[in-house]
Amino acid sequence: MSANSKPKFAMYWGASCGGCEVAVLNTHEKILDIDANFDVVFWPVAMDAKYKDVEAMEDESILVTFYNGGIRTSENEHLAKLLRRKSKILVAFGSCASEGCIPGLANLYSKNELFNTVYAQRDGCSTVNPENIRPQQNWDAPEGSIQIPEFYSILRPINQVVDVDYYLPGCPPESERIAEVVDLVIQVIRGEAALPPKGSVIGAGASTVCDECKRSRNVKTIKKFVRIQDFMPDPSMCLLEQGIVCNGPATRSGCGALCPSAGAVCIGCYGVAEGVIDYGARMLSAVSSVIDSRNEKEIEKIIEGIPDPAGMFYRFSLASSLLGASKSAWHDKE
Amino acid sequence: MEEQQQFEPKIIGFTCNWCSYRAADLAGISRTKYPPNVRLIRLMCSGRLDPTFVFKAFSSGADGVLISGCHPGDCHYVDQNYKTMRRFALMEKMLVQMGFEQGRIKLVWASAGEGLQFAEAVTGMVETVRKLGPLDWHIRGQSNGHLTKELLLKEDVV
Repeated sequence: MSANSKPKFAMYWGASCGGCEVAVLNTHEKILDIDANFDVVFWPVAMDAKYKDVEAMEDESILVTFYNGGIRTSENEHLAKLLRRKSKILVAFGSCASEGCIPGLANLYSKNELFNTVYAQRDGCSTVNPENIRPQQNWDAPEGSIQIPEFYSILRPINQVVDVDYYLPGCPPESERIAEVVDLVIQVIRGEAALPPKGSVIGAGASTVCDECKRSRNVKTIKKFVRIQDFMPDPSMCLLEQGIVCNGPATRSGCGALCPSAGAVCIGCYGVAEGVIDYGARMLSAVSSVIDSRNEKEIEKIIEGIPDPAGMFYRFSLASSLLGASKSAWHDKE
Repeated sequence: MEEQQQFEPKIIGFTCNWCSYRAADLAGISRTKYPPNVRLIRLMCSGRLDPTFVFKAFSSGADGVLISGCHPGDCHYVDQNYKTMRRFALMEKMLVQMGFEQGRIKLVWASAGEGLQFAEAVTGMVETVRKLGPLDWHIRGQSNGHLTKELLLKEDVV
């Protein structure tokens, strides 16, 4: 890759699954536009590059960096800080980077509890680890000492570690939305458009999933919460009205209400809707308000139908919520 | 000196304009003694209580949150305190999952005439939370570097 005048592009993954990278590749022929307009300088999933290559770059020499994934290890944090320094525009790409996402749900547990789940050999678990070996950050081998990154007790979204210019939500972001953002950046480079204000959410709507959902809505009164696999829901009526907990009311639009259209509940992957501060608080408020009872005992009985409210209402946003993590996770001192 | 070392819990109390705030007022007028650990915030109705307020209080350093409104059936806005009743049940369930002990959050119904009952409820709650110890959620967040300026500014919207 010789020196050329094309603007530089980078993409990196922190604590994530790789789905965001697939979503970028899933933009089909748009990927050719990325190649035609950008010089891809760093993208571990797609090309070979070393951290020291990035370290050698001049500050702010990368025009746009898509950072997907949360900050779970010291390596994630180091790369977030490094890429922040090297990039003009840093985009928190996808739900993990923006709000923690599924990896952030681990904030319900302490590091010790997590390691026990993963490394301990227990009944009914397929892990084979008779010597109970745990990862060691430093290890002295005859050939020299080895270091692996530190595993933090809390997963953080990237904006809690570095300054972020834009947020592109979604788990993963819809490929059409990514293509729109790529188009916008290309227009900006050509001087045909202006960048949105710093801190904006890009590649998503300003409303809620309910607003995009085509199901009919009437008055919501719920006597019993049911799970979608337990009965045949009416295909045209609001799922929440039928007693199925659907996260549409608190979720940002942008996906086109794909899940409710296909008969599945909205799980909230596009993150907090405009103006919502705490996703779980909003959902909790919305769902409990429509319970049709004035009797404390009966209310408790109805609420039993939501066995895991924290997991249900913070599936994607626990790490960016006001509380951020459970008490046991915060207690986990290094 | 010994008394100074005793842990004094910080409790945020949300009261409604029509019943529970007046109950607190009555407790004051009647010179009823109760511990000064509760900071009252008056809402028009307990139904106005967004769970965001409660999470904000805890994440900003409160050790307990007291929610108080008119008795069921007595709401100035007909039936909004029933929403509080429902929200409280689900909120408590969620907070227990997050590691909160029972008793850090409490729902108390108090009419405008129940100054004494209100004071007793506050006293009881202060003692419960004192036994539970400090929550220190805000310090935890900061010590791990998790409360950025941006987040703090965002929270100020509440």
